[in-house]
Amino acid sequence: MNGRDELDRFLRTDPRDVGCAQAMDMLHIYVKLVAAGEPAEQRYPGLAAHLSACGPCDEDFEGLLAAVRDEDH
Amino acid sequence: MTAARFDAESAEWLRLLGGAGPEREAALARLHELLVRIARREVGRRGSRLRITGPELDDLAYQAAADALLAITGKIEQFRGESRFTTWACKFVIFEVSAKIGRHFWRHPAVQLDAEDWDRLPGRFGFDPAQEAEWRDLLAALRRAVNQELTPRQRDVFVAIVLNDVPLDALVLELASNRDAIYKMLFDARRKLRTALDANGYLRAEPSRHT
Repeated sequence: MNGRDELDRFLRTDPRDVGCAQAMDMLHIYVKLVAAGEPAEQRYPGLAAHLSACGPCDEDFEGLLAAVRDEDH
Repeated sequence: MTAARFDAESAEWLRLLGGAGPEREAALARLHELLVRIARREVGRRGSRLRITGPELDDLAYQAAADALLAITGKIEQFRGESRFTTWACKFVIFEVSAKIGRHFWRHPAVQLDAEDWDRLPGRFGFDPAQEAEWRDLLAALRRAVNQELTPRQRDVFVAIVLNDVPLDALVLELASNRDAIYKMLFDARRKLRTALDANGYLRAEPSRHT
């Protein structure tokens, strides 16, 4: 990916993006679906759009998913 | 709160934490143990990207677990059984780890918040210095749009996060705001900048969405 593509990707916004507050409120539900192999992105497209654009929320998602998987094993 | 909508393990957590005496104390100790375990793993997972090491990382994990325990017991009535109780509870310790990492940033900040080094912009997006002739006009247009299209607050957020590489959670603390508000400000800034660059033919048009 070159600089123009990276800038283009950064500036591109998704109108479905639910924002941090809703993402944080629903994160445990989303993680439960992902951990169970269910189509979380299809069920919650606005949350998926947010996670793909928001570094901090995506970091929290990865952390919670890792925690759930670790505790299950 | 009725236990019927909860799985058996979650219902048991709620019964114990909603009770009193030694049973509740034992449940709190078990929950704290779980939160410490999760927090330590989480700071370990993020550790290589942080400027925090050794005992400081461990302190951060214990503080996150203690604050998460307070948050969980204070909000336990909000748990609706949409996941296991422990998944819901672990969410709070992950949030606390993020917040504490953000706070830690300002102990040894690599940049000043009022710094504004536009020379960092090409590197931020991976533009090749050898091909400057191809992107010089685009980044000049972006800088003009930042100065002309954004509100002062949006501009401050853009400069801090994009130019100065301040983590969003650290900026939240510095501006006494919250993650949602700062993200929304940056979201609106991105949309405005894209519109401005599109209008002048600097970027490809937004594709139509098929949902």
